[in-house]
Amino acid sequence: MNLTSQDYQVLAPYILLTAWACVLLLVDLFIPKERKSVTALLAALGLAVTLGVTLSQVGIEQVGFFNMAALDGFSTFVNALLLVSGILGIALAHGYVKRMGIERGEYYTLLLFSVSGMMLMAQATDLIIVFIALELLSIPLYVLAAFARPQLSSEEAGMKYFLLGAFATGFVVYGTALVFGATGTTSLAGIVAAAASPSTSTLLLTIGAALVLVGFGFKVAAVPFHMWTPDVYQGAPTAVTAFMASGAKIAGFAALLRVFATAFPALAVDMTAVLWALAALTMIVGNVIAISQTDIKRMLAYSSIAHAGYILMAFVPYGNPAVRDVSIAAGLFYLVAYAFTNFGAWGVVIALEKKEEKGLAIADYAGLGRKHPLLAAAMTVFMLSLVGLPPTLGLVGKVYLFRAVIAGGFTGLAIIGVLTSLISAYYYLRVVVTMYMKEGEPETVRETWLSLTTALTAIVTVVFSLLPQSLFEWASTAVLKLF
Amino acid sequence: MNPWIFVGLFFVVGLLIPVGAIGIAWLLGPKKPNPIKQSVYECGIETVGESWVQFKAQYYIFALVFLVFDVETVFLFPWAVKLGALGLFAVIEGIIFILILVAGLVYTWRKGMLEWA
Repeated sequence: MNLTSQDYQVLAPYILLTAWACVLLLVDLFIPKERKSVTALLAALGLAVTLGVTLSQVGIEQVGFFNMAALDGFSTFVNALLLVSGILGIALAHGYVKRMGIERGEYYTLLLFSVSGMMLMAQATDLIIVFIALELLSIPLYVLAAFARPQLSSEEAGMKYFLLGAFATGFVVYGTALVFGATGTTSLAGIVAAAASPSTSTLLLTIGAALVLVGFGFKVAAVPFHMWTPDVYQGAPTAVTAFMASGAKIAGFAALLRVFATAFPALAVDMTAVLWALAALTMIVGNVIAISQTDIKRMLAYSSIAHAGYILMAFVPYGNPAVRDVSIAAGLFYLVAYAFTNFGAWGVVIALEKKEEKGLAIADYAGLGRKHPLLAAAMTVFMLSLVGLPPTLGLVGKVYLFRAVIAGGFTGLAIIGVLTSLISAYYYLRVVVTMYMKEGEPETVRETWLSLTTALTAIVTVVFSLLPQSLFEWASTAVLKLF
Repeated sequence: MNPWIFVGLFFVVGLLIPVGAIGIAWLLGPKKPNPIKQSVYECGIETVGESWVQFKAQYYIFALVFLVFDVETVFLFPWAVKLGALGLFAVIEGIIFILILVAGLVYTWRKGMLEWA
């Protein structure tokens, strides 16, 4: 049993971030209560340093820790996105937690732990590591969801998320156990090898893979495992929701992509139909229910469900080697587009939110266009991006996604995607209409970091949509190492 | 014979013994209930108030702190026994492990959780 420096190189960003989080937890104890901004800054610094290490690893392909973790283009891309999400999450949270009176140093430490779990998830090439990563990313999120204690809705959100999340984790573990039962291994490479041998029970393997899919379907909020999403997203502190909606989704999809594309290509025939149905259902249910929402947090929660459906489309052709790489790239590109848009939109929500959950109705956005033209313009950009209208990343993301799906031969699914996008235009544009065409006196808060985040995400959403090629090329290098 | 049969036997016997013991006591024992017998058992002294009470949430902190030391022992015993075979690598791993647990202890200490108030 020997570990070499190569092993540590594979997990260097993850180890660095985890160690940073542990130390920060202790350092925070000695930072006085009124200066918790220092903790936020240190946490953001940790993420930035880790991001630097991650970017320095671009182009390296290695496996380490006895084939349990991999460093490849895919993990580097996803990790970079996760770290940027973490930094944006801290920038959004910093002023918010102070204003809401829930500022505690643990907020940032928990966020760091969650990001490190997400990063491990993107690198895991063994189902056991996937499980550990899943726990590491989820448990801090359960706590963060309940962070506005003793506010009842937040406690409810934390409790609900915890109970249902633990239940979903059970599915992953049981699925892993069945896969192990069928193949005698939990390593993704081993599963592929075992699946090829005729003595392996395909039935057991399929059931195991399906259970893993159920568990992850819960994490990424795919219908019919989405029931928790609206309540948790609405009850959790808005800054947490913003981070949760992007981070947990990115990590969940990263793990799904890696596990299914590398370990279960043999099951593609059965799984494609299931994934097709999941994607279609998620898009339809998410978008249709979102129409009737009057609370912006709840509406964005359903929107997040709907977008899980769009990203799931990228999975449907995963068993087809001709289009697999391009559909994975399209899925990753869409995750980037969604992450930036999502953080921006939640940033605007935070700017309008007041204590005791006031200022969260869509009606509260009336008059924003006249009173705060810049903020309203940013919100318009995010809403257009969520619909998939030009000139935003959301449009480019959907174009790539639909193109990949059609190339895979699933035109019907692409048509459902386009139709549900049309449905979604109704409720997203309603926010825009409310902002510009209704009279009102909305009050907003001005916070440097919040404004910066919102402005930055709005600019990224627009500018990258005009030159998406470079980003898509990077996403195309993020192909998975196959066995 | 399949060695797993013993595991199955173990389960069956393990279930039968307590069920049998409780069942026989229930069958043979005389039943003369009175209010004192029916009251809630609270370590021998007289029960105060209802048994459906909210426990002080601080107890869970003690459980967590206990875990710090408990887990430590569970892992350090096998570690100490096999230390010679594992070498320097295991020593460093062990130190990191203990440091992480110490961090947990320092955290609870600084947060004032070790004081009963």
